[in-house]
Amino acid sequence: MSGSSKIPSSEITPEETFLNRRFFMKSAVWAGSSVATAGLYRAFAPRPEVASVGSVIASVAEPAVQSVLAANEKINSFGEIAGYNNYYEFSTDKSEVADKARNFVTNPWAVEVGGLVQSPRTFDLEELLKMESVERTYRFRCVEGWSMVIPWVGFPLAKLLSKVQPMSQATHVAFETYYDLKQMPDAGSAGIDLPYVEGLRLDEAMHPLTLMATGLYGKTLPNQNGAPIRLVVPWKYGFKSIKSVVKITLTDKEPPTTWNLANPREYGFYSNVNPTVDHPRWSQARERRIGESGTRETFMFNGYAEQVASLYAGMDLQTHF
Amino acid sequence: MTFTADSRFHRQLIVFNGLLPSLLMVVDGWRGKLGANPVEFVTRATGVLTLVFLVLTLLVTPLRKLMGWNWLLKQRRLIGLYAFYYSVAHLLTYLIGDRDWQILTVAADVVKRPFIAVGMLSFLLMVPLAVTSTNAMIKRMGGKRWAQLHRLTYLITIGGVIHYYLIVKSDITYPLFFAVVTALLLGYRVWVSLAKAKSN
Repeated sequence: MSGSSKIPSSEITPEETFLNRRFFMKSAVWAGSSVATAGLYRAFAPRPEVASVGSVIASVAEPAVQSVLAANEKINSFGEIAGYNNYYEFSTDKSEVADKARNFVTNPWAVEVGGLVQSPRTFDLEELLKMESVERTYRFRCVEGWSMVIPWVGFPLAKLLSKVQPMSQATHVAFETYYDLKQMPDAGSAGIDLPYVEGLRLDEAMHPLTLMATGLYGKTLPNQNGAPIRLVVPWKYGFKSIKSVVKITLTDKEPPTTWNLANPREYGFYSNVNPTVDHPRWSQARERRIGESGTRETFMFNGYAEQVASLYAGMDLQTHF
Repeated sequence: MTFTADSRFHRQLIVFNGLLPSLLMVVDGWRGKLGANPVEFVTRATGVLTLVFLVLTLLVTPLRKLMGWNWLLKQRRLIGLYAFYYSVAHLLTYLIGDRDWQILTVAADVVKRPFIAVGMLSFLLMVPLAVTSTNAMIKRMGGKRWAQLHRLTYLITIGGVIHYYLIVKSDITYPLFFAVVTALLLGYRVWVSLAKAKSN
């Protein structure tokens, strides 16, 4: 530093100050980079558990048609059921749906039931919530390979359909989910055509296990679980159980279904839970029960074979997957 | 010492920030805060982190040439080792969480499912790069041959992006993001070498 002798000594930074300044700069870089890294991680990490905000629904237990769980199966917690949802209209990140759906308006609500029926009509939410409700604890198996046990509250779809009297030529039932880009701003990047549509054969729709759920854990449905009313078909992959239903139409042909339209090779119309038919990209032989560490065997028709296998007698389930 | 010359400081920063996501994951796991499906989250997070660090290694050359940040070169192998670190975590999560340690079923999975095969191949290609990441290995191989071998990073990153794209159900936002970034970073290299060829 001999060349610097011309600089007046007053302008030379004292060594102590220089080191201090470096110390502060380094500390600032340390702090800034750590906060940025941790923040980025947090932005993608699972959201904290949600609490129930639903109101109580009067219902009765109905053990006769309720599925019996095996001794080693237990009901999933509310936090698991309401914090891990596939509802692509709100988000494709399952842990984020609860937050994104928080302000979804589900009251007033109306379900239009029509098509090939004697007396088409629109049911408002109040009337639907007044239908005699039952508790049904069902296994819920997602096509992605995870599953839960969920204590639903609702009424059999057959009850609703009997109120509109299907015509004799009706063979299928089509369902449609509410769709509104103003309330569902992220729906554009879902990668599937919306509104979400689903369908069942009429005999599947009339089956006593097929439920229109209005609640879970004894309270009205959380928005992220398909409030205010959704379909639950326990022997089929979860995506068949369409959420936030606004339209039910009886038809005389197989209706289009969203995932089948998106990828017909991977998702069939029936989509019955079947451990012997793999999804083209992953096996369906086993499943991860949410809350458990290992995986468990997947059962034919999700364990409801005794009740529903007869619906598919004589059908080749490899082709009609 | 100026900031750009303080390579010890750079190293400490990268070591800490690279480790941080995995530390936070362990802490979250300890407190049971990894969501309803921890295996799925850890699998996805470690996979995405692998891609992030792969892309960061590819970012070094353009930043040196465009911004003159030559000091980054000294840290590139460390960044690459973090890509390897997270890919090992990704593979272990798959073996333990998805396969329940049934190693034999892995072979069947690789044969049956293209996205597993692409991922596994990309991982295997990373192994020689991790092994040759020491100073001694560079000396032994010679800088030119070493650099040639480490161009495998291009293939590995492309493989990683394809692996990600093949597993998503319908929302391709994130795989598309990595595809665009990778295309830009590799495209830059093609553009530079074309420009060089023209000027010769």
